[in-house]
Amino acid sequence: MSKTPAGTLYRGREGMWSWVGHRVTGVAIFFFLLVHVLDTALVRVSPEAYNVVIATYKNPFMALLEAGLVAAIVFHAFNGLRIILVDFWKKGPKYQAQLLWGVVGLWVLVMVPFLIRHLTLAFTGGH
Amino acid sequence: MAVSSEIQAPRSGRVAPKYTRHGSSRGNFEMLAWLFMRVSGLVLVVLIFGHLFVNLMVGEGVHAIDFGFVAGKWADPFWQIWDLAMLWLAMLHGTNGVRTIINDYADKDGTRFWLKTVLYAATAVIIVLGTLVIFTFDPCPPNAAAELLPSFCPAP
Ligand code: HEM
Ligand code: HEM
Repeated sequence: MSKTPAGTLYRGREGMWSWVGHRVTGVAIFFFLLVHVLDTALVRVSPEAYNVVIATYKNPFMALLEAGLVAAIVFHAFNGLRIILVDFWKKGPKYQAQLLWGVVGLWVLVMVPFLIRHLTLAFTGGH
Repeated sequence: MAVSSEIQAPRSGRVAPKYTRHGSSRGNFEMLAWLFMRVSGLVLVVLIFGHLFVNLMVGEGVHAIDFGFVAGKWADPFWQIWDLAMLWLAMLHGTNGVRTIINDYADKDGTRFWLKTVLYAATAVIIVLGTLVIFTFDPCPPNAAAELLPSFCPAP
């Protein structure tokens, strides 16, 4: 970390990168949600319209995008819990960096089984 | 000098009146928004993880999703309330988060105003639309091909 400017407690370390990650994932999920409510609204147009659009979600390329979305939301969720701990738990601020490694560990623990299941379903057509 | 990376815990929430930066008219809005982000976040973990598990992991996962799948879920008030809570909490949480980001990066008063106006308009449209969709949903629309409908629809 020799490049860290002297005198900063924050820049370029766990605190900053987790903040960047939280912000980027938060915005990405927000824009996804706008589109997602619109595509779900197609159930009010007709069963055909809904099925045609949802069918495009089932190809392997979209499966990768879905995996990216889930990766983003799982990170945002666990890091959000970390922020809550830092704010409300007496020892949270002291352990904020260790908590981030906890977030990363939990993220891997959830993502590995998720990816195995989701990609198996996506690439085998669910049968 | 050694630089410690420890971040000090915030001090007490009580601020002497002479140090508050705004008149009483704005009240506690920012503090309530801060609290809302945390409370809604806790609830959203359960709602969204449950949503993703049921829709992507159970049975055939994403392949099972079609009109009949949605109709089957929304026939049950449990999933209607689940989705309604998820819609409102996620939209309000996300909107408040994006509001913070606009305040951080848009320096000009005019830019900030217009970005937030667009944001709030989009939020209102999506929340109203999503709510109407849940409550006006018809699982057995007339004139639809029977094989696309859930099995509980009366035969045409
Ligand atoms: C790839 C992942 C996802 C899939 C396949 C998916 C699928 C669906 C489906 C099939 C519905 C219809 C109703 C139901 O099943 O409950 C729905 C509704 C909904 N989903 Fe998702 N979803 C995904 C991710 C998400 C995420 C990450 C969020 C939250 C940020 C979310 C929020 C919602 C909401 C709020 C509704 C209700 C919409 C309305 O009121 O019209 N979904 N989703
Ligand atoms: C899964 C459960 C979630 C948890 C535990 C969570 C938690 C949090 C927390 C604690 C904050 C920090 C607020 C602050 O700094 O005062 C935050 C910010 C944010 N969240 Fe979430 N959140 C969740 C889901 C979502 C969803 C579904 C969206 C999008 C619709 C979203 C979008 C955002 C945005 C845009 C921010 C602002 C980021 C920033 O200011 O840098 N979050 N979240």
